Formats: sequence, structure tokens, C-alpha cells
Amino acid sequence: MRKTTVIAATLLCAAQASADTPVLTVYAGDYFTSEWGPGPMIEEGFEAFCECDLQWSTGDLLPRLLLEGERTKADVVIGLTSDVTAKARATGLFGAHGQDNAALTLPVEWSDETFLPFNYGHTAFIYNETTMDAPPASFEEMLALPDDVKIVIQDPRTSISGLALVLWVQAVYGDKADEAWAQLAPKILTVTKDWSTSYGMFTDGEADMVLSYTTSPAYHMFAEEDFTKKAAIFPEGHYFMVETVGKIAKTEQPELADAFMAYVMSGDFQSMIPTANWSLPAALPKDQWPEGWSQLNLPENVLFYSEAESTELQTQAIETWRAALSQ
Amino acid sequence: MLAAILVVAAVLLAFVGIGLRAEPGSGLGPADWAALRFTVVQALLSAFFSVILAVPLARALARRDMPGKRLLVTLLGAPFILPVIVAVLGLLAIFGRNGLVNQLFGVLGLPEVSIYGLHGVVLAHVFFNLPLATRLLLQGWQSIPGEHFRLVAQLDLPPAMVFQTLERPMLRQILPGAAALIFVICLTSFAVALTLGGGPRATTIELAIYQAFRFDFDLSRAAFLSILQLILAGAAAVLALRIIPDIPMGAGMDRRVKRFDARGGLQRAIDALCILLGGVFLLGPLLAVTLSGLAGLGQMPATVWQAAFTSLWVAALSVAVMLALALPLAGWIAIRDKGGAEAVGLIGLSASPLMLGVGWFILINPIADPVALSLPVTAVVNALMALPFALRIMVPGVRSALTGYGRLCVTLGLSSFQTWRWLILPRARAQIGFAAGLTGALSVGDLGVIALFSDPDRTTLPLQMYRLMSAYRTEAAAGAALLLLFMALAVFWICDRGGRWNADV
Repeated sequence: MRKTTVIAATLLCAAQASADTPVLTVYAGDYFTSEWGPGPMIEEGFEAFCECDLQWSTGDLLPRLLLEGERTKADVVIGLTSDVTAKARATGLFGAHGQDNAALTLPVEWSDETFLPFNYGHTAFIYNETTMDAPPASFEEMLALPDDVKIVIQDPRTSISGLALVLWVQAVYGDKADEAWAQLAPKILTVTKDWSTSYGMFTDGEADMVLSYTTSPAYHMFAEEDFTKKAAIFPEGHYFMVETVGKIAKTEQPELADAFMAYVMSGDFQSMIPTANWSLPAALPKDQWPEGWSQLNLPENVLFYSEAESTELQTQAIETWRAALSQ
Repeated sequence: MLAAILVVAAVLLAFVGIGLRAEPGSGLGPADWAALRFTVVQALLSAFFSVILAVPLARALARRDMPGKRLLVTLLGAPFILPVIVAVLGLLAIFGRNGLVNQLFGVLGLPEVSIYGLHGVVLAHVFFNLPLATRLLLQGWQSIPGEHFRLVAQLDLPPAMVFQTLERPMLRQILPGAAALIFVICLTSFAVALTLGGGPRATTIELAIYQAFRFDFDLSRAAFLSILQLILAGAAAVLALRIIPDIPMGAGMDRRVKRFDARGGLQRAIDALCILLGGVFLLGPLLAVTLSGLAGLGQMPATVWQAAFTSLWVAALSVAVMLALALPLAGWIAIRDKGGAEAVGLIGLSASPLMLGVGWFILINPIADPVALSLPVTAVVNALMALPFALRIMVPGVRSALTGYGRLCVTLGLSSFQTWRWLILPRARAQIGFAAGLTGALSVGDLGVIALFSDPDRTTLPLQMYRLMSAYRTEAAAGAALLLLFMALAVFWICDRGGRWNADV
């Protein structure tokens, strides 16, 4: 009986609270809000001081925004990757993020006033050191690997990491990208629609190497205490991948949205990114990273195409890939 | 009639939705032509091999009674409903580089066999669709009245003659439709084709649609490619259904079928071999999925169970919608002379679910919140996708009931409701149960449109599994996949058995 009363009282409070407290609607990618994603921690952290109710809405970010247009219910959109920001910007829905880009600790220059990075990583090929004796020490060595070493990658036409790979090859080899792909082609076991299938094939032992991120070994190290998965680091450089957050210009909750943008840059938010999202914080000096993270093997040379450059190169880079792998 | 209009309307409205937002664009590039060619070739091969291999398997299952046969027939439904990623990893555990087959070859000193290529795509599609073809054919065999087998036994016809007089006419009725159905299923395949095809050579139109929509957000191109797909599917359906001859199945006294003709030792051996090979081929990958899932069962978070519950009611809803559409449609199609009307059902399948989802999103968005409706929309899209299967399964049963007893009903002056109540439902309930089971199972396993706009608090099991997967939780994801497999089979089993409860078939 007492229990029922308590529950009823709680529900009543909750109902009253929801009637008064303003709601901040945040659109996020699908993985984001699950309990093993960063969403719940972000919600808890923000609601602790905002006197508001943060509500997630998940799905395919860009298609959804484009479909909804001016009618969007979003106040803030989190998780737009740098290769879709051009299209997102073109919608005209986004306003200035209002934060100081100088506070960012990215390995690349960032001057965008609309989309604010909150985490990053780099493309990398992951291998298992117990089964691979001689991992490649450079992109050149990777191209020269014997053909019986099998690599699984993602399709640049359906996956963001796949797209980053073709841009990576483009950035390293430029005009000779087609030759690089031709050398790589016999080693490509197959191409998958999404990252998950590729990674599953790698962990199942079907492929020797998988296209993933430099931060992938961190998951195995810190969550599984498995130290055998390594990222092959290449001196030619690794392609930079970033996720951003943007504010809808016509939001009905401008103060809350601004507060959220400020929260994204806060130490609280940034220091939970590594283990919550298995990626690197965008605004946190390396010495403040969680324990063990600074020992992660990261590339010194970082390659990145600006939004305009990548939009221009994308179609040709994908076609080069397609032609070489269709032989 | 009304149901037919509803189906067409649901699909067309989705196109209208997209059409509202599309701008006129370009035609087909060389890469598109290559994709078109590959799509058709792999779908033709997949359909051909699925139905051809299903003939001996279904014949063996129809002729033999053995312990565990019912279980085997139920399990045969499983490959069909597996989420793509699970099925791919299951297949690779058997046929992959480190798979069982290659390990066995290694022991025997044989060279490694690569699954990647057109043959891999066909192998995977046969894995998915052989069970469906087998079930459809099995139904055909069961529709041959027991008296006919008695008669051929009394005449002491050899197996070849039995085939000629009884089985061949039945196959001619079932095979073209089954092949058309599988062709259309394979037309819209994309992730499986790409992964097992070994790269961009294995690009299908569906991939181009996905790319156009998700990556380029080029709605007109997506709509254009979808229409292309629809035309291909429609052509296949009309072509196949025109071949189907109008031989009415004879009506019998519903005596138990006894196969006096297949008692020879050679016949037994052939059947045993067919069942063994088919069973190993289909159950091997499932066993791999089960084994990898067992370890992950304990690691699944509580939300997986919530998602499982959500998936169950979405499945129930889609079964209800499917029945509401399929029963009247089946009755309508069954009284036509030609099977062309059945093509209506295939429309639902050939329209890519992604396009249906997007189209409906555009239409719903000005009126209501699509997120709030995401689960009902998912259920309806699932029902539409299952409709062609349901029709293919139900129409022969309804038709044979009507051709056999229709005149009797008319003589007795039964109303339409009475005809359904006393003739069609009792005589076609096995088929209705099978169709409902398939729809429910498909719905449980389908990621579908929910990926586009989901409510973070109410997800389906497949979506939850993909989330686990993308958060590196591969073991927990494997556990969720096993749960999914189990649930889909349970839904299938309950409906399927419900339909045959207290019946001999």
C-alpha cells in the first residue's frame, strides 16, 4: 500500500514537473540514446542543472531533417558527421553554435561557426596481433601485403566510414588513387553495407583486417581487457572523422539550446565521451583523458578534407574505388 | 476488391509522397546499367536454384513420415526471417574462409573455396528462399487428394508415371508462382548481395536506392529507381502467372495421404539423402547462430526484453493487417480464371520498404508526428511485404475449395459469409495459419522502416540488436539475435500449428 502511494506521488510529481519544465528536443543518431551509448549520461548530466527535460528523438539524422524542413521539432541536432554537414548547412535550419572554437583540442584546424565538434577519431585498419605476425607499418606496406591477407571494408556509397576510406586513399595517393586501389583490390575480401557487418566478420575471424577507427582497440582494452586488437598506424596519415552538434536557428528554446552547446564543451561532457562513445573528446587536453586513453596508439599525421573539398572529391573518389574493385 | 485497391493505394500513396518532394533528374548511368544487369541475373539464378532444389526436398518430405519431421519443417522457416547481418555471419561460419566447409577441405587437403562472388550471392539467396519454396511445394503435394495416390497404386504405376500424372501438373501450377515470388524477393536484396558478392560488382538497384535516399538524398532518383524495380517485379509476376495453367485440383474425401508408390528401397534412399543434404545446408548456419548466441544470452540488457515485447505486438498487428487484406484478396483472386490478379500482391513486396517508409513519412508529417506512429507504420509495411507470400500460400487452398465445392455451395444457396465460414476457412485454415505465421515471423525479424524514425523509448528487437552491434557489444548482439530467432520461430510455430490443429495435413 505504502509502495503504491509512493509510486502515485512520484508519478504526480513527474506529471506536474513535465507540465512546467521546458523541453529541449535533441535529435540524435540511432545508436546514441541506447543505454550503452552516451545519451543517458548526457541527459542526466544536463538535466542536473538545466531545470528542463531533455528529450531524445532518434533516427536517420539528415534524411529526417531534410524531410521535415522548417517543421522540424528539433532544438539541437547531435551526431552530424563532417561529410553530411554540407547538406545540413544547405537546409538553412542551423544557426551559429556560439561557442569558442579556440577551446577545441582537435588535431586539425576548425573554424566552422555552425557545427561544433564534440568527438573525433580517425579511420584505421584493425588487426589481431595474435593472428597477424607482420602488420603493415605504412600504407605502402599495406598495399604490398601478400594477397592472401584479407581485408574487409565498408561501402562508401552506404557507410560513412567507407566514404572516409575512399577520401583517405584520395588524400594519400591523389592522382594515383586508382593504382592504389588496384593493388589493394585482391586483398579486399568483401565490401559490406555497414560498419557492424564488417566488424562482426573481423571478430569472427573471417577477415584479417577491418576498416574501423583508431579508437576501436580502446573498447577491447577497457571494456573487455583484450589487448590483442591493434590499429595499424601509418606515417602517411589517417583520415580524420568528427561528429558535430548544431543548433536549430528557429528553436523555441534558444537559451536551453545555448546552455546545451556550452555543456557539450564542458569538462563533464568531454570527459565522459571516451568511454561512453568510444571516441576521442573534441575539447579536452590529452593529459585530462581518462586513465589509459593517452596511451592509445594514435597517428601523428592527420588528413582531412574540408566540407567543400570533400563534396567536390567525393563522387570521383567513389567512382575510382568502384571501377578498381569491379575489375 | 477493396483490399486490392487498399494495397495498391498504400504503395502508390508512398510514391505520391515522394513525388511531392522530388525534382526531375537524370536517367541511368553506366554504373546503374551494370547494377540493373547484376540485379536481374542474380535474382533469376537465385529463383531458379531455389525452386529446382526445392522439388526433391519437398517431394522427400511429402513422401516420408519420420520422427522430428514437423520440427524440421518448422525450422525450415527460420532462414527466411533472420536479420541480414545474422544470416550473413551464420553463413560465413559454415562457408566462409574459416568456416566449417573450408576447415574440412583443409583436413582433406583440398584447396580453399571462396564464397565471395555471384555463386555466394546465389548460395545465400537459396539459403533464404529454399525453405519458402519447399513449403509452397509441400503444400502442393498435400493438396493432391489421397484417393489419387490410392488409384495410381492400384494401377501399379511406376514412379515416373506417378510423377507424370499427379506431380507434374501440380508442379506446373506451383513452380512459376513460387519462382516469381523468389525472383521479386531477390530483386530487392542488397546487403546480402553486396557482402557475399565480394564488392561493388555485386551492386543491386536496391543499393542504389538506399544510396540515393540516405547518402545523396536525391528523392527523384530514388523514386525513379524504385519504379524501375517495380516494373521488373511486375513483369516477372505477370509472366510467371500467365504460365500457370488452369488445371483445377481434384477434390477428394480428405482421406489421409498414403504413398503406396514410394515404398521401394531406392526411393527411400533418395528421399533420405535429399532431406539430409537440405537439412544440413539449412540448419548448419542456424546452428552457428545459436551457438554464438548462447554465450551472449546472459549479457543482454533488460531493454532487449522490452524490445522483444514491442516486436511481439508489432508482429501481432501486422498479422491482423495482413489477414484483413489477404483474406478478401485471396477470395477475389481465387475466382479469377487467370492468376494475373495475384500480381497486385507482389507490388507490396517489390516496392522497397525504405521507399514505403519515406513516402509515408512525408505524407504523415504535416498531419501527425511520424515518430508516434512509427510502430503502426512498421506493422503495416511488414504486412504489405508479407502479403505476396500470404497470397501465394492461401490462393491455391481457397481456389481448390471453391472449384471443388463452389457449385455445391451455390446449389445450397449459401451466402458469401456462410461460404467463408463453412467452406473456405475450414478447408484453407492450414494455409491461413502458415501465412499468418510467416507474416508474424517476418515482422519480428524485420528492421524495416523503424530505422528511419524511431521512438527512443520503444524500439523493436532487430533495431536493438543493431544498436548493440554498433556499440561493439557483439556477444550481447549475438544473444539478441538468438532471442529473435527463437521468438520468430515461436510466432511461426504457434500460428502454423494453430492452423493445422486437429487436422491431418
